[in-house]
Amino acid sequence: MKINEKAAAGTMESSDIYIEVAPGSGGIDIQIDSVVSDRFETSIRNTITEVLSEFGVKDAKIMVNDRGALDCTIRARMETALKRASNGGI
Amino acid sequence: MSKLVKNLKEAITLCGLKDGMTISFHHHLRNGDYVLNAVVDEIAAMGIKDINLHASSLFDIHLPVIEHIKNGVITGIETDYISTGVGKQLSQGILKNPIIFRTHGGRPADIISGRSHIDVAFVAAPSSDKMGNITGKNGKSACGSLGYAFADAMCADKVVVVTDNIVDYPMYDYSIPETNIDYVVNVDKIGNPSGIVSGTTKITRDPVGLVMADYAAKVIKASSLLKDGFSFQTGAGGASLAAAKYLKDIMLAEKITGSYCMGGITGYMVDMLNCGCFESLMDVQCFDLDAVNSLRTNPKHKEVSAEHYASPDVKSNLVNSLDVVILGATEIDTDFNVNVHTDSSGCIMGGSGGHSDAAAGAKLTMIIAPLVRARVSVITDRVTCISTPGNTVDVLVTQRGIAINPLRTELRDRLKDAGLPVVDIFDLKKKADSICGEAKIERAKGKVIANVLYRDASLIDTIRMI
Repeated sequence: MKINEKAAAGTMESSDIYIEVAPGSGGIDIQIDSVVSDRFETSIRNTITEVLSEFGVKDAKIMVNDRGALDCTIRARMETALKRASNGGI
Repeated sequence: MSKLVKNLKEAITLCGLKDGMTISFHHHLRNGDYVLNAVVDEIAAMGIKDINLHASSLFDIHLPVIEHIKNGVITGIETDYISTGVGKQLSQGILKNPIIFRTHGGRPADIISGRSHIDVAFVAAPSSDKMGNITGKNGKSACGSLGYAFADAMCADKVVVVTDNIVDYPMYDYSIPETNIDYVVNVDKIGNPSGIVSGTTKITRDPVGLVMADYAAKVIKASSLLKDGFSFQTGAGGASLAAAKYLKDIMLAEKITGSYCMGGITGYMVDMLNCGCFESLMDVQCFDLDAVNSLRTNPKHKEVSAEHYASPDVKSNLVNSLDVVILGATEIDTDFNVNVHTDSSGCIMGGSGGHSDAAAGAKLTMIIAPLVRARVSVITDRVTCISTPGNTVDVLVTQRGIAINPLRTELRDRLKDAGLPVVDIFDLKKKADSICGEAKIERAKGKVIANVLYRDASLIDTIRMI
């Protein structure tokens, strides 16, 4: 999947996550800000990386603001953000 | 004769306040309090340093105190509760001496016994006469009960009343009498009324909270304690209030009249009194305007001191006659120890207040909390800070099931017979962990920044710098 434009999914409500996806500059760049970073930062990064590879994304900038979302929520928000950012492109 | 002095500066000078002394405050003006900041600002301007701040609670309106900690005016804090914003700052280890945390019952016990000495008490008073007979029931900054101020007024070497409403002498319906008061200062405003009655005093609409509240009311019904003469305390959290509402429905349907309802009083408790669910309200602190109005007008709504409420040193107190208390938790462990002092990262965001007092006194102590909050399980192997010991906690109610302290086998059988979803706390923890995923848990390893005293003045835990 190619990231064509900047897009976002999610909210800043407690237990949700807000994810912004933008075209990268030759690689994957993930920035994570989380209320549970002390416990789950590695886990969040792994989940984001997994979804990126599931969609074959190789060039993107991901900005994450996590409010304590569960793993399933992170995956769902990430998938939506990627589809919006690809704007129909594969 | 009059005890009125010109301003705070004159009162502080007349009291002989010096470097290294202890000043005290009550927290009935809650997040609307102007008095603590005004006094500390004045002390700083007078060049006095190394002051020990002895306040029954600290709220985020007191954030300006942080500057006075950094410049050495305040070097110690003794309190029962610190709100999130101030707690976050103090968790960085900026205070010279470790904070001393007490409970609402332990504080008056320590003050009255002399274990904790106050040099000058500054008592914010919504109404005072010129000799210092004071009440919180009247005035533009009315806050209702002055329960936490009694011990300070009785025992401090010097007592300064700070008011914004001087009334004719003598104020006949005073709470604290002139016998204790040295000076009276009249200021423009002691507080902001909208902050005075702030707090989480609304019934939750969150479906998870409502499920827990429904379980909580059913646990009380099944406990065998709900009968005429029933006594009850609940917090002002949304789910606790919802539980009180469901309890009210049960009490009205079954025509049960309780003896007293206690704790921080809200309009919902007033409503239960007026509906005949209880004979009286015993009020150490008002949380909203309905409570203030009721305390002023209804003789069945009685102001009580923190000592009468919960001191372990007295011959009897109100918490020891409690049947049921509903309390919250930031964490609870598999031994039923409860943390209300810090969040799961160890950052200060609360304090016992009356938590451990009511838990020790009540026949049934119930903790209600959602199983998971923002990907953090409420159940841990060991709480970050022990506020209330597990042997005083009987039941944990979550939306995913009810865990009973294994010491309470009879209660467990009663709740099972009533068809309630009783589960083992270890199973409940496993369920939470499977929802959240595997967490990396690291304990704060910095210097000790707070000593947490249990209600009998023994050290129950410490809190470390983040």
